[in-house]
Amino acid sequence: MPPREPLAVAEPAELPELPEPADRVEPADRAMLPEPADRAALPESGDRPASVEAEVAEVAEAAVDLAAVAVRVRELIVGMCASADGGHLGGSMSLVEILVTLYHEVLRVDPTRPQAPDRDVLLLSKGHGAIALYAVLATRGYFPVEWLDGYAAPGGPFLAHPNRAVPGVEMPTGSLGHGLALGVGHALAARLDGSDRRCVVVLGDGELQEGSVWEAAMAAGSLGLDRLTAVIDRNGLQLGDGTEDVITLEPLADRWRAFGWEVREVDGHDRGALRAALTEPGTGRPVAVIARTVKGRGLPYVEGQVRSHFARLGETQRGRALRAVRRGIR
Amino acid sequence: MSTAGPAAAAVPAGAANPAGGPRAGRDVYRDLLVELMAADDRLVCLDSDTGLFSGVDFGSAGDRYVNLGIAEQNLMGVAAGLARSGRIPMVNTMATFASTRALEAVKVDIAFNDLPVRIVATHGGLAAGHLGPTHHALEDLAIMRTLPNMTVVAPADGDACARLFRQSLELPGPVYLRLGRAATPDLAATLATAGVPDAPPVRLGRVQPLRTGGDVVLAACGPYPVLAALGAADELARRGIGATVLNVHTVRPLDVETLDAAVLATGRPVVVTVEEHWPSGGLGSAVAEALAERRPTRVLRVAVPDGFVAVAGDQRYLLERAGVTAAAVVDRAVAALR
Repeated sequence: MPPREPLAVAEPAELPELPEPADRVEPADRAMLPEPADRAALPESGDRPASVEAEVAEVAEAAVDLAAVAVRVRELIVGMCASADGGHLGGSMSLVEILVTLYHEVLRVDPTRPQAPDRDVLLLSKGHGAIALYAVLATRGYFPVEWLDGYAAPGGPFLAHPNRAVPGVEMPTGSLGHGLALGVGHALAARLDGSDRRCVVVLGDGELQEGSVWEAAMAAGSLGLDRLTAVIDRNGLQLGDGTEDVITLEPLADRWRAFGWEVREVDGHDRGALRAALTEPGTGRPVAVIARTVKGRGLPYVEGQVRSHFARLGETQRGRALRAVRRGIR
Repeated sequence: MSTAGPAAAAVPAGAANPAGGPRAGRDVYRDLLVELMAADDRLVCLDSDTGLFSGVDFGSAGDRYVNLGIAEQNLMGVAAGLARSGRIPMVNTMATFASTRALEAVKVDIAFNDLPVRIVATHGGLAAGHLGPTHHALEDLAIMRTLPNMTVVAPADGDACARLFRQSLELPGPVYLRLGRAATPDLAATLATAGVPDAPPVRLGRVQPLRTGGDVVLAACGPYPVLAALGAADELARRGIGATVLNVHTVRPLDVETLDAAVLATGRPVVVTVEEHWPSGGLGSAVAEALAERRPTRVLRVAVPDGFVAVAGDQRYLLERAGVTAAAVVDRAVAALR
C-alpha cells in the first residue's frame, strides 16, 4: 500500500473540532495491563538457523515442543475456568490444536510487532473461545503467561470475549456471526494493497446458524478472496444440544462449496493434518477448513458432552482437570 | 467489483442541477465521492445494490468500488475489516437498513473499534415516501446518537451534503451521514428570497445560525424541518416575534455551547425543535437532555407523531400530513411565549 498522504480535500485544512460529548467514557485501555517488563527479553524474530540441518532440527524440536505447548495451553484454560467468573471450557479445549498450529506454525506474525503492516490476521469469530486465544497468545510470546493469573480480575483487560486491549487480539468478537464479514474486509484490503497477507477466521459450528455468516461466505466466494481462510471448529455441540439436534448444519462441506469455497476436512486435533490443510496452496477460492474436534478435549470425563460448555471449577475440580490434561491426549 | 457501467455526464460536485433546480444531496455526494476517490487511494466505496452508482465511471479507482449486494450486516462488517486495515470505507445503504437491520454490526464492528467508516444513509426520515414504513427511517438519529464514538450528521441541502461529507472525511472515527432521496430546496436561495443575510458556512460539529431574533430559538435538522423553521420565523416576524433559527446538522456531538448561548440571548428559556423523526430520541430529545442539565428550559418538539406513516404520498405530502410544518412551529412558539 502506498504511503499515506493527507486527504486531498480543500476544506477544512485542519481536523474539524467537534465538541466532546459530556458523557464520553474512555474505554478500558492498555494502561490497565501489567507492565510488559520482560517484553525486551523476547527472542528476536530475525534469529533463524543458518543451515538446513539446523532448520530441520528446529522443526523437529518445535514439533516436540508444540505437543507440550498444547498441554500448557490446556492447563492455562483450566486455570482461567477456575477463576471467580469461570470460563467457556469445552469450546476452548476443542480449539487448542487449531490455534496452536495457526500461531506457532502457520501465521506470519511477530509477537514483538503485533501491528506489523503485513502480518497475517486471525479473528476468533467464536469469541467465547477467548481463553484459548489468550493462552495461545501468551505461549506465543505476545505477553507474559503470568498475566493470565489476572483473568477476569475487575478492571483488567481479560474479558470472557476477545478484547483488543490484550496484545495480539485483532478485533473484539463475541456476538456470533461477525467474524467472517470482518475477514472479508481484511482480505479485500489485502487484495487492494497488493499484499499476500492472509486472514484466518475461526468459527464455531453452532455459530453457522447465524445468517450473517452466510452473507459473508457468499461475498467471499463471489469475490474469490483466496487469501481468506475459515476454520470451523466442528465439535458438533452448541450450548444446549448437538448442532444437528438444534438446526441441521450437514451437509456442511457441500454448503461451503455451494457458496464458492474450497473445502478441506481434517481431524482438528491432528496438528500435522491441520498444518497441511492450512498451508496447502489454494485454487483461487477462499478455503474452509472443517476441523472435526471434540468439545472438552483433554478432559475425558466431559469430552463430547454439552455440560462442558461452561464451567466454574472449584479447587478439587481444578486439580482433577490439571491432572487429566497433564496425562496428555490419549 | 470495478466500474458500474458507462460514464454518466460529468457534473461538478455541488453544481446546480442542469435542469435548473437544486440537486439531490445523494447525487451531490456521489459525484464528490467519485472525485475524491480518484485523488485518495484510502477511500473505498461499498455498495449494497442501491443503484446510486449505476453508470458511474470510477476510472482508475474502479477496483475500490465493490457492490456487496443486498446484505447489510455483511456490508458493515466488511467496512470494519477494511477500516481496520487502513482504508476509509464509504458504506452505502438506506437509513433504515443501516440503523436497524445492521445495527449490531454498526455497534460492535464499527463503533466499538472506533473505525473511520462513513455510513452514508439515503432515504432518511420520510424521504422514501410511498415506499412506506418499511423504508422510512424515523428512528435512525435516536439509534445512532446513542453509539459511543459515532458522529451523526443530517445536512439540510445539497451544498451542505458536499461540505459536511468532505469535512467528515478528516474525522478519525465513524460517521453517520443522513441523506434524503429527491432534491430539496437550496438553503442559500431560500434565505435570499426571504431577504435574510447569508448564513455562515456550514461547519461540522457547529450549529449553523441561519437568522437571529430576540424572542425564541427554533432548532431544526434536515432539509424540510430547517425550511419549516425558516418559514415559521417569517410568520413569527409578521406577528412581531423575533426568532433565531439554528441548523443543527450535527446531532452528535451536539454543539451545546452555541445552543445554550442562543437561548440565553433571547432571555426566555424556550426552544422549539423541528425534525423529520419520531419524537423519541431525536434532535428534540438531544436538545432537551443537553439544556436541561444546564438550567430549566422548555423544549417543544415538532416531530413526526409516534406512529407508522402507512399512507401513500411523497416526502412533502407525508410531512405536511404528519404536521412537521411551519404552521406547527409557529403554534408551538406562540403557545410557549404566551
